[in-house]
Amino acid sequence: MEFLMAIVIGILFMAAVYLILSRSILKIILGTGLLSHGAHLLLLTMGGLGGTSPPVLAEGVTDYADPLPQALILTAIVISFGVTAFILVLAYRSYAEHKTDNMNLMKGNDEHD
Amino acid sequence: MNFVLLIFLPIMAALFVPLLFRKLKDIHTGWFVLLVPVSLFIYYIGFIKTTMDGGHALSELQWIPSLGISFVSYIDGLSLLFTLLITGIGALVVLYSIFYLDKRKEKLNHFYVYLLIFMSAMLGVVQSDNVISLYLFWELTSISSFLLIGYWSTRDGSRFGALKSMMITVFGGLMMLGGFVLLGIMGDTFSIRELIANAPTFVGHEYFTLALVLVLLGAFTKSAQFPFHIWLPDAMEAPTPVSAYLHSATMVKAGLYLVARFTPIFAVSEVWIWLVAGIGLVTLFWGSFFAVKQTDLKAILAFSTVSQLGLIMSLLGAGALAYHSDDPFFKLATFAAIFHLINHATFKGSLFMIAGIVDHETGTRDIRKLGGLMSIMPVSFTVAFIGSMSMAGLPPFNGFLSKEMFLQSMLAIRHFELFNFATWGILFPVIAWIASVFTLVYSFYFVFKTFAGQQKSEPLPIKPHEAPVGMLVSPVILATLVVGIFFIPNLIGKWLVKPAVMAVQPDLYSHPSEVDVDVAAWHGFDAPELWMTVSLVGVGLVLFLTLKRWQKMYDIQPEYLSLNALYDSAMFVSEGGMNKLSRFYMTGLIRTYLIYMFAFIAAITAATLFIKEAFVVDMDSFSPINLYGVLTAIVLVVAVCMVLLAKTRLSAIIALGAVGYAVALFFVIFKAPDLALTQLVIETISVALFLLAFKHLPSLNNHGQTKRNKLGNLIIAAGVGITVTLVALSAHSQKLIPSISQYYKDTVATEAGGGNIVNVILVDYRGFDTLFEIAVLSIAGIAVIAMIRLKLSRKGESTDENK
Repeated sequence: MEFLMAIVIGILFMAAVYLILSRSILKIILGTGLLSHGAHLLLLTMGGLGGTSPPVLAEGVTDYADPLPQALILTAIVISFGVTAFILVLAYRSYAEHKTDNMNLMKGNDEHD
Repeated sequence: MNFVLLIFLPIMAALFVPLLFRKLKDIHTGWFVLLVPVSLFIYYIGFIKTTMDGGHALSELQWIPSLGISFVSYIDGLSLLFTLLITGIGALVVLYSIFYLDKRKEKLNHFYVYLLIFMSAMLGVVQSDNVISLYLFWELTSISSFLLIGYWSTRDGSRFGALKSMMITVFGGLMMLGGFVLLGIMGDTFSIRELIANAPTFVGHEYFTLALVLVLLGAFTKSAQFPFHIWLPDAMEAPTPVSAYLHSATMVKAGLYLVARFTPIFAVSEVWIWLVAGIGLVTLFWGSFFAVKQTDLKAILAFSTVSQLGLIMSLLGAGALAYHSDDPFFKLATFAAIFHLINHATFKGSLFMIAGIVDHETGTRDIRKLGGLMSIMPVSFTVAFIGSMSMAGLPPFNGFLSKEMFLQSMLAIRHFELFNFATWGILFPVIAWIASVFTLVYSFYFVFKTFAGQQKSEPLPIKPHEAPVGMLVSPVILATLVVGIFFIPNLIGKWLVKPAVMAVQPDLYSHPSEVDVDVAAWHGFDAPELWMTVSLVGVGLVLFLTLKRWQKMYDIQPEYLSLNALYDSAMFVSEGGMNKLSRFYMTGLIRTYLIYMFAFIAAITAATLFIKEAFVVDMDSFSPINLYGVLTAIVLVVAVCMVLLAKTRLSAIIALGAVGYAVALFFVIFKAPDLALTQLVIETISVALFLLAFKHLPSLNNHGQTKRNKLGNLIIAAGVGITVTLVALSAHSQKLIPSISQYYKDTVATEAGGGNIVNVILVDYRGFDTLFEIAVLSIAGIAVIAMIRLKLSRKGESTDENK
């Protein structure tokens, strides 16, 4: 299963990088969203996908899924949500201010150096 | 008394200079400053007796003992000689500057502060026994010289000259530091005396030649040796007392000091002898040849200084031959070098002062406008005459004696057998003879074009008259020394030169009186150097009298082929080249920078994987294929493709949501209920947020991205994706240690009293992560509010919409 997941994660990263390299600010945000999904799945996969039970104590169960990566991913999900919300608003503000979402036009000029 | 502290006396005195300048406006600040070098000079004279007996004095001040760095004042013959030059000529220069610089018009508080800093730095250079503190003082001389050259900072020439000298001498200084560090590694000490004691073990060490070349670079740049001499003529923008002090008598001799000081370490090397003697001779010739071309009095003197420094340098090189041969002439060479060093300081100091006087009293230093000042300025003429004749090497002046010894040493090199000198040795006396001819020509040129002949019809800017007595005192004292030394050379030799020679060649002598040199003005008719002198005087006179006919020859060399043009274009190209380079890769486009990052991450990671042969796939470590997992994977990949191919932003956002829910499904399949919950909620909120911002956001647009651009993006994206997959596979296949999760599973009920292991980890085992994750979320929230509500306009006008 990990083999398949590794490929899926690779595809997620590839799509994310492709979007991040584009010129539209919205595509870049979509790309970062995909990138965090890829990273979360990578964390989970690296912890091992074995384990027959969720990591909640229960009678007669010994084979739990690894709880530590799950805790790490939970933290990461919340942080990436915070950051996504922030850059979304940032994009909105910059679009409202500059009237463009073309990253090529947002490179400043020498006057402001 | 701990006399190492005396090094810092001038700097301490400098602290009071601005105060004195402000409070006592009626008295020229220089009078107070004068006390410092005079008292130091008198104090240091007391050491002559110690060094004459072959002894030395030592005084130490700890600085960084753990690194073996300290201020050590080590006074032997060589450092005492330099110390007396620095303080003695320093006193004369300060006296001269009192009359040269106007107390009302000039910023004397700046001038004397810089000068006193320089004095401390020079004393530190020549007395330091520790190479690191030597380097410290060395750079301090560069900095104070920079400040003094740029003293009239409103003039372009001053700033240019100051910058040029700074660039060249600091370059050399840094190279020298490298050499010192290598010496420190080889000898395991920073003390020069201990390095000299360990010197025999250095020979053949892999760093030996490198250290030698680096130290020499420092010495050559400071002492204005070819091709680094170009800073010295530009440094003539400094006030004349500075030129007289720094750029003829003291600072430019720091390089000579360095060469002399390190001779016992490096003289065994062939490279050292060839470089020191060879470069010295080239410099001697180059400087004397181009001095005749100059039309500015100070420029003539600058080139002559370059030339004379080359002469001393080549003598030091010849003196190093004494380590390989018993020929007495090589022992003579070191004596001649030290002796000429003293002589040069006396006559060049006086000549600079005269140039300053001429400038001060006529308003110009251009030799083409001057002439016939002999009857108007008789005292200045006499001093200039004495100095020039000594520089030319004529009797009865001290330059004659050192010139004779110089010719003797150069003649002796012919007979040296080792290191290919048998082949090339003949060049040394020939070049030395030609250079001496030109020396004679420019000496005559300097004194007679200024003072003899008719006054030019064009009136001078100031009506010429003799300088005030105070201004003449210093040059007259120096001129007296020039004549005096000719008559008592052996006394000077006994007091100053022989102890210095012993310091340069400690292996050869155990007492200064063993230095077997008796300076004589007359060698008899059969001495070859007599005939060399006679012939060079003859040829020199002919050349001087026909000067007008051949001086045009200098115009043959075009300006753009000079070393100065080379320096200028090097500066220009390096500045412009760096500018172009950074403009080339700093495009200002975020895409470019991201491409650098992604491409390098992918390339470096993939390369490491294959170079280290780390790519391993261990099928046994993988868990079995799960049918639901495969289906979810297909859904996820399809959703990702939809995001990529979406034509409208709505479909892109929905597809992104689908990806998120697929990820939540994965969490369900892989037994992570808390994650699944969180992911579902967060994904929902995210999509809602996207939709909320929807009407404010731009539509999807390619912004004219070309096919080539897209292909490049695709290649890099594929590279990153494949690298991540490879790393994931090999990382999973090669786990070195088991997970620590067993501990959490075992203790979650007993230690934490919980059943949900993930939640207990979040709030109990690793609660700090959670605390700051909460902080991140609050900061993001506050930032969002701030961005939306606080709309500061770009021009700084505050326009709060919510008022």
